[in-house]
Amino acid sequence: MQAPQTLAQKLIAKAAGLAHVKVGEVVTCDVDLAMFHDSSGPRRLQPMLEALGASLWDPKKVVLVLDHYVPAHDPDAQRIVAFTRKTATTWQLPHVIDSEGICHVVLPERGHLKPGMFCVGGDSHSPTGGAFGAYMFGIGATEMLGVVVTGKIWVQVPRTIRMHWQGRLHTGVSAKDMMLHMIGTFGMNGGQYQAIEFAGPAVHALPMQERMTLSNMSAELGAQVGLIAADDVTVQYLQNVGVSNERLEDARRWQSDDGAESETHVFDASALAPQVAAPHSPANTRAVDVFANTAIDVAYIGACTGAKLEDLRAAAQVLRGRTISSGVQLMVAPASARDQALAESEGVMQVLRDAGAQVLPNTCGACAGYGATFAENTTVISSTARNFKGRMGPASVQVYLASPWTVAASALRGRITDVREVV
Amino acid sequence: MAVLTFDHAKVWRLGADIDTDVLAPGAYMKHTIDVIAQHCLSSVRPEFASQVQRGDVLVTGPNFGIGSSREQAAGALVHLGVRAVIAPSFSGLFFRNAFNLGLLLLTCDQALQVQEGERLSFDGQSLCRTNGEHLGCAPIPDFLLEMVEAGGLLNLLKRQVTTRADVSQSA
Repeated sequence: MQAPQTLAQKLIAKAAGLAHVKVGEVVTCDVDLAMFHDSSGPRRLQPMLEALGASLWDPKKVVLVLDHYVPAHDPDAQRIVAFTRKTATTWQLPHVIDSEGICHVVLPERGHLKPGMFCVGGDSHSPTGGAFGAYMFGIGATEMLGVVVTGKIWVQVPRTIRMHWQGRLHTGVSAKDMMLHMIGTFGMNGGQYQAIEFAGPAVHALPMQERMTLSNMSAELGAQVGLIAADDVTVQYLQNVGVSNERLEDARRWQSDDGAESETHVFDASALAPQVAAPHSPANTRAVDVFANTAIDVAYIGACTGAKLEDLRAAAQVLRGRTISSGVQLMVAPASARDQALAESEGVMQVLRDAGAQVLPNTCGACAGYGATFAENTTVISSTARNFKGRMGPASVQVYLASPWTVAASALRGRITDVREVV
Repeated sequence: MAVLTFDHAKVWRLGADIDTDVLAPGAYMKHTIDVIAQHCLSSVRPEFASQVQRGDVLVTGPNFGIGSSREQAAGALVHLGVRAVIAPSFSGLFFRNAFNLGLLLLTCDQALQVQEGERLSFDGQSLCRTNGEHLGCAPIPDFLLEMVEAGGLLNLLKRQVTTRADVSQSA
């Protein structure tokens, strides 16, 4: 009998056209979907395609998202955005999402992902797709060139590191806290470029967008992918975004076999306090009380990691009927236009505005550090994924990472706050 | 195979967790690689970009290249003529990007024994320090070495595309 296989092995075997694959084996996979954005996409790919005299293997399998350089505030950004739009037309791309949200959020929102797929993205947070039971990882532009020319890519079959979360999160404690805790425990390369699989009752109790936060920050754990086996929540989400039942027939097939070999770590969600990562690494994570009372200038709710509808709802739950501390600036950049519209219809956006939030466009914004960033010596608490020195502004900017709950609670008091004291 | 070895390369020694945003700062990502390269490592070694010589190598602590998928992080080092990066561990994403751009990465557990300014040689299997000490490196799969020899994936693809065209013409 064949040895039990992990979810990662099954996904790779399918893409490689093999019955099973062994850990450590290097195989070539067929790519079901390639996603890239205005920074990693056309401006880098087109000149190389031209040098090769090659064309796209399959435009239907490509999704282009404009999210890094929009809105284009300066001539360089305008040039990049104009070139991206022109190339999208030349390539006759059927799937272009322009200034409507961040790639990792709009990709599933438009029904492009489903369990069993093998996908690549021209962005390091591409493991977000793993929340849907798809093998998805980030690659650089030259490797993306290889994919768009050949439709194939190599992978070394990874070991699986299983993060098993028992128990139940307290109100005000979220997927972001789980992730910061794991990164604080294992470090930014603790994933060793292997496959992480998030499992256990606390993971399957999470709504889809919270699961996306886990998979998203697998990048900060240094994993290639962050997978979550599909369940009813996954199927429900995908049905809601228009994926047909026929395409979802095999969704629940994508699970690790019982007894498949993995390195397992067990955590208790019930015992988890809100977490905060101090400057300048997500690995500098401690429980919130270690940093309580650190004064902040800016509270930032943004990015694919921390400004999805679930994140906006969390912030609104903290801020409902309240106003933020004077002297603190609260910025909210909803991760997609669709999430913002839903938040608007639920009254969530109004709560945030009434509390004093300034609402920014649905783009990567300050998180990518490509455009407007924070001023010298600012102390920021942010729901984003990375607080590297100099990423979100000058080297003097101090960025603390936390959940949207904690960011909102800290905006309320003007200092880093345990959200459990205010909800 | 000369491209896969080096002799008496000058060492620039850096610490752990050097991230992509330090190698290719976001503020310059709009620009071409020559501009980005001028700011490579500026926040940790301001003199690096102006003083590094073609053929020099970097020796660093663990987790080199963590962070973004931006391959300009590796591209800036290639542009400046860096011959190889030697570290106990690399970000997996950076590892792929580096080889795709023809940059040799050597995984060496004892990398941090090597000192700033030392001269380092590599014979294709192990490193040799100024004092004659040898340091072992993890083996690199042949297909990645081929990528370095070719000067990156783009050059390999050029060969493939050319071969394909030749085949279809002769058919």
